[in-house]
Amino acid sequence: MVAVSSKSLIGAEAETRRRPRRLFDVLLPRLALAPSFLITAVFVYGFIAWTFYLSLTNSKTFPSYEFVGLQSYERLWRWTFQSNPPSSWYTAIVNMGIFAALYIVFSIVIGLFLAILLDQRVRHEGIFRSIYLYPLALSFIVTGTAWKWLLDPGIGLEHTLHSWGLTSFHFDWIKNRNFVIYTVVMAGVWQASGFMMALFLAGLRGVNDDIVRAAELDGASRPTLYLRIIIPLLRPVFLSAIVVLAHNAIVSYDLVVAMTSGGPGGSAELPSTFMYSYTFTRSQMALGSASAIIMLVATAAFMVPYLVVELRARHQ
Amino acid sequence: MRTKILMAICSLGALLGASAAHAQNKDVRVLHWWTSGGEAAALSVLKKKVDDQGFNWQDIPVAGGGGAAALTALKAMVAAGNYPTASQMQGSDLLDYVHAGKLGDITDIATSEGWADVVPKALQKYAVVDGKWVGIPINIHATNWMWVNKAVFDKIGGAEPKTFDDFIALLDKAKAAGVVPLALGGQDWQESILFDNVVLSTGGIDFWKKAFVDLDDTALSSDTMKKSFDNLAKLKAYVDPNFAGRDWNLATAMVIKGDALTQVMGDWAKGEFVSAKQVAGKDFACFRFPGTQGTVIYNSDIFGMFDVSPDRKAGQAALAKAIMSKDVQSGFNVLKGSAPARTDVADTDFDACGKKGIADLKEADKADTLVGSFSQTVSSTPAIAGAYHDVVTKFFHGQIASSDEAVKQLAQAIDDAK
Repeated sequence: MVAVSSKSLIGAEAETRRRPRRLFDVLLPRLALAPSFLITAVFVYGFIAWTFYLSLTNSKTFPSYEFVGLQSYERLWRWTFQSNPPSSWYTAIVNMGIFAALYIVFSIVIGLFLAILLDQRVRHEGIFRSIYLYPLALSFIVTGTAWKWLLDPGIGLEHTLHSWGLTSFHFDWIKNRNFVIYTVVMAGVWQASGFMMALFLAGLRGVNDDIVRAAELDGASRPTLYLRIIIPLLRPVFLSAIVVLAHNAIVSYDLVVAMTSGGPGGSAELPSTFMYSYTFTRSQMALGSASAIIMLVATAAFMVPYLVVELRARHQ
Repeated sequence: MRTKILMAICSLGALLGASAAHAQNKDVRVLHWWTSGGEAAALSVLKKKVDDQGFNWQDIPVAGGGGAAALTALKAMVAAGNYPTASQMQGSDLLDYVHAGKLGDITDIATSEGWADVVPKALQKYAVVDGKWVGIPINIHATNWMWVNKAVFDKIGGAEPKTFDDFIALLDKAKAAGVVPLALGGQDWQESILFDNVVLSTGGIDFWKKAFVDLDDTALSSDTMKKSFDNLAKLKAYVDPNFAGRDWNLATAMVIKGDALTQVMGDWAKGEFVSAKQVAGKDFACFRFPGTQGTVIYNSDIFGMFDVSPDRKAGQAALAKAIMSKDVQSGFNVLKGSAPARTDVADTDFDACGKKGIADLKEADKADTLVGSFSQTVSSTPAIAGAYHDVVTKFFHGQIASSDEAVKQLAQAIDDAK
C-alpha cells in the first residue's frame, strides 16, 4: 500500500515538472494523502517504536520508562533453545513454523484446485462459489468453536461414528499434545481456501483467451496447459495470496484460543498467544513487547525479500 | 452553517455549566466480570442496595476469561484516566494498582464502621495497604473443596476421605464401579488449583506457606515438593481420556449427571449444582480436599476503590458501606456460593455447604491457617502464577516427564517471573 501511494506521488511530481500547474493541483494529492500518512506514521510506525522501547524497560503491569537493556531478549533467547522440557516460547516458535507453512500451502493448493474446477464452465457456478466462499463469512471464534466440538472425541465425529457402530475409529488429535496444532491448521485451511478460490478464479478469468487457444492449437494437454502456461501467469495472484495468508497466520490468535484454549499443557501456544498472555495477563509487559518485536523482525526477514523480488519482477 | 456551529458551542457550554453546578455526581460506576446467570443475580443484591440510596449504579460488565478480559479493559480505562468508582479485583491485582498510585483511601469509613475487627486478617493484607483501606471484600471463595455426587458415592460405599491415601482408595472404588473417578478440566488453571490442594495435603500448612507465600527456594525444590508432584501424577490415572481443554463447568456437569464421582474445584462449582436443582447434603456432598481440613485456601473478590474526583466520593462511600452491610454480604453470597467476607454474618440463609464454609473459615482465621490461593494470583503475582501454571500443566500433560525435572523447572520458572 505504502509503496503504491508513494509511487503515485512520484508520478504526480514528474507530471507537474513537465507541465506547470497551479499550486492547488500540486497540493491536493498531498493534502488528500496527508491524513492517512500521518495516521500510519503514528499508529503503525510510532507504536512499533514504542513497543521496541518498552521491550528494553522493566515494564510489568503498566508501562515503565526505566531502561534495563536487553534483559527480556536474553530471556527469550535462552527459551528459544529450551526444547526438553519445551519452554512456552520454544513451543510457540515451532508451532508457528508448522502452522504458517501448512496453512499457506494447503490453502493455496486447495483454493487453486477448486478455482480450476470451477473454471471449467460448470453449471450453477454461482451456487458453488457461494458455498466455497461461505466459511469466510464466519469469525474465527465461530470456526474455532465449531471445529472444537466437531473434533472432540467425546461429542463430535468420533462419538457419532462410534454410535453408528464404527468403534474402531479414533481421532483424538485435538486432545493430543503432539497433534493439536494440526487440527488448528485444518480449521484455518477450511476457512481460508474458499477465499483463495475466489482470488484464483478472478485471476483465471483474467488470463488471455488467445494464449490458451494458441496453446490448445499447438496440442498442449489440459494438465500441461495449466502447469506450464496458466499457473505461471497467475504469479501476481500468488503474491496477493501469500501476503494475505502469511499475515493471517502470524496474527492468528482467536482461532487457536477458541479451538484449543492453549492446547494440552500449552502445546498449541503461538507467538501471538504468548505475546498477549505475557503483556496483558501475566503483567510482564517488557517480555511481551520483546516477543512482539521478534515476531515483527522474523516476519520482515521472510516477507521483505519476497516482496522486493516479486514487485521488481512485476515492474519489469 | 456558522450559526449552527455557534449554537452547538453555546449549548455545549450550557451543558458543562449545568453539570458543574451539581456538587455531587450520583453515578456509581462498577467494573466486574460477573456475567453468568447466577453471578448476575448475586450482584443485583448489591446493585439494588446502592440504587435504593438514590445513587445511580452504572454497570461495566466485561465477560470472559475468569476476569482476564475485564482486567485488560480496566487497565485500558485507568491508563486513559477514566477511573471507575470501583472494580472487582483479586489479591495481587490490588497491590499493582496501589503501587501505581491509582487507588483512593477509605480508611475514615472503615475505621468508623469497625471493619478491621470483622474482616479476616489474611484478607486485610490486600484490602489494607500501608495502613490505608483501598479495597472492600465482598466474598471469600475457598478452593480446597471436593464436590461429590452423593448417589455414586453411596453406591460404591464410599467414606469421606481424610488423607491423600484415603482419596486414592476412594477413586479406586469408583474406577472399579465403572464411573470416571475424577472429573477434571484439563486447563492450566484448573490443574493448578488441584495442585495447590495436593501440595497442602502432602506438605501441610507450614510447608505450603514457606513454598507459596515466601517463595522459599529450598522449599520449592525440596523432596516434599517432589512428593507433591508424585502425588499429582497418581491422579492422572483417574481422569477420563477426554479431559484435556475441558471447561470447569462441564467437569461439574459430569459429577451432577453421575458420570463422574467427584471434582476438585472452588466453591463457585456449587452454583452449578444449585442451578441444576440439586440440594447440598442430599444430592451432592462437599468435603474439604483430603488432608486439608482445618485450613482454607481462599480467593476473594475485592472491590478496588479508585482515587475518584471529590464529587464522586459520596457515591464511593455509599458503595463501600453497601458492600460491607450484613444483608448484602449474606444475600450476595447465598446466591454466589461463597462465604461472606466478614466473620459476623449469620449463616441461617446458607445451605449445608455454605454453613460448613463459614464455620471452616472462622476456624482458619483464628488458627492463622487461612492462605491465599497461589494458582489464582492471591498470594502470587500474575507473572508467578503464570509460570506456576506452565509447569503444573506441562507436568500433567507429559511435556515434563519426571517430578525431579518438574521441581527444577518450578524453581527456575518462579525465579524468572520474580
